[in-house]
Amino acid sequence: MNFLADTWVGAWVEGLGRIALLAQEAIGSFFRFRVTWRDLLYQIYFMGVKSQSVVLITGAFTGMVLAAQTAVQFHKVKMDTATLAVVSVSMCSELGPVLTGLMVAGRVGAAIAAEIGTMRVTEQIDALRTLATHPVDYLVVPRLMAGVMVMPLLTAEAIFVGIGAGYLVASHWYGIDSTYLWVNMLKHTADSDVAIGLIKGCVYGGMVALVGCYKGMSCGEGAEGVGKATTEAVVFSSIAILIANFFLTLSLDALFNT
Amino acid sequence: MIEVRDLHKSFGAQKILDGVNLRIETGESVVIIGRSGGGKSVLLKHLIGLLQPDAGEVLVDGERIDGMSERELLRVRSKFGMLFQSAALFDSLTVAENVGFAFRRNRQISGDEIARRVAMALELVELPGTENKKPSELSGGMRKRVGLARAIVYQPQIVLYDEPTTGLDPIVSDSIDKLILRVRDRFKVTSVVVTHDMRSARRVGQRILMLHEKKIYAAGTPDEIFNSTDPIVRRFIDGVSDIQYAF
Repeated sequence: MNFLADTWVGAWVEGLGRIALLAQEAIGSFFRFRVTWRDLLYQIYFMGVKSQSVVLITGAFTGMVLAAQTAVQFHKVKMDTATLAVVSVSMCSELGPVLTGLMVAGRVGAAIAAEIGTMRVTEQIDALRTLATHPVDYLVVPRLMAGVMVMPLLTAEAIFVGIGAGYLVASHWYGIDSTYLWVNMLKHTADSDVAIGLIKGCVYGGMVALVGCYKGMSCGEGAEGVGKATTEAVVFSSIAILIANFFLTLSLDALFNT
Repeated sequence: MIEVRDLHKSFGAQKILDGVNLRIETGESVVIIGRSGGGKSVLLKHLIGLLQPDAGEVLVDGERIDGMSERELLRVRSKFGMLFQSAALFDSLTVAENVGFAFRRNRQISGDEIARRVAMALELVELPGTENKKPSELSGGMRKRVGLARAIVYQPQIVLYDEPTTGLDPIVSDSIDKLILRVRDRFKVTSVVVTHDMRSARRVGQRILMLHEKKIYAAGTPDEIFNSTDPIVRRFIDGVSDIQYAF
């Protein structure tokens, strides 16, 4: 066991444990209502409003590429009118939440880790503690709550824009009849697809915020430490989203489709 | 009253404190001197629970704070104010928000009352009218003074100063020393100042403790320390880099 503890496996397991403890502390703080509205609203603004351009561009071009690829392939088997249904189901249950999560991890996760990491190396977190403020109450909980609240909305936006952009490509570029496109889309897209996408969005929002906060609060000294924490926040939250997506897909499919 | 008993602290393989004992009475003004990297700031951070000792005890008003959880420490820390070496102002907040930070969750104090107390604290540190400035707009000395205003605005019983004059010119250092004395006299606080600025130490301390070789090596009034004939104390006070040139 000591051998394991000294390897990267040990460090990885320890990191997971520390993130779990941070999540436990944050959830406890949330239920004790230690968050101020002002901090929460600022984080919602920062994560939600400031991520609009990234999410809109990601959603639109993903929907367009997906529609183009699907239309070409489905044309070979005379299923052109099912193009938008494929775009819709894919965007709702997989591409919308995952790509939004990855983009938010790059923008918000990095910013959270850099901001909190800089606070740590400049003793601002110690200053918080001397002012009788728990760093988790002030730094982690507002970001975690904002992540969980904002990500489903960003995901819904990416899905909506992706389907809209896919429709434009399918109907205007490939000339597929728009009525059949809509009818097939509505026929094959279930409420559960939308629900799965939004639930995934919630989970990924929480993961991005939590990993960003953890990496910031545990960052090393100096500019190098902050840089490393920022990079790790993006890499770890992106990998975590991709891994979690597989297990969430299995479990949510089992939940909604049984 | 603050008491430290047989405090030990290491970072990795490096031992920083090795059996430190000290006692600071209520209302006393104590200066801790010692070489850079000698563990003064580490010792100071133990007094407020920012660091936990490897062994030993830290007592504040008779209550052991070593081993307390972060949430339990919040209650103890409300007795303290602390001025950091870098001032550690929250750079996303204005001066007024920094100084009034401790009141932000206190619903019993109105916004007007907070503004009044912030203005009073800024007046005390001779920075009136700077409420809406950001820390990035302030000089090093002004940042220290805002940090001091933030540490005293809620009138703590104990104020800790971590190298308050480091990096400042002699005139600004002098103004910081005067502020430390003013805070001590006006609020009757217990002051603990960590510094290697000998002029400042002589001025603000009623008692000086010298940290050397990971322990409290010497203790006494400023006159006793400054007139000491101990070679290690003399060497530090005279600022001599090699012991053979001390006399």
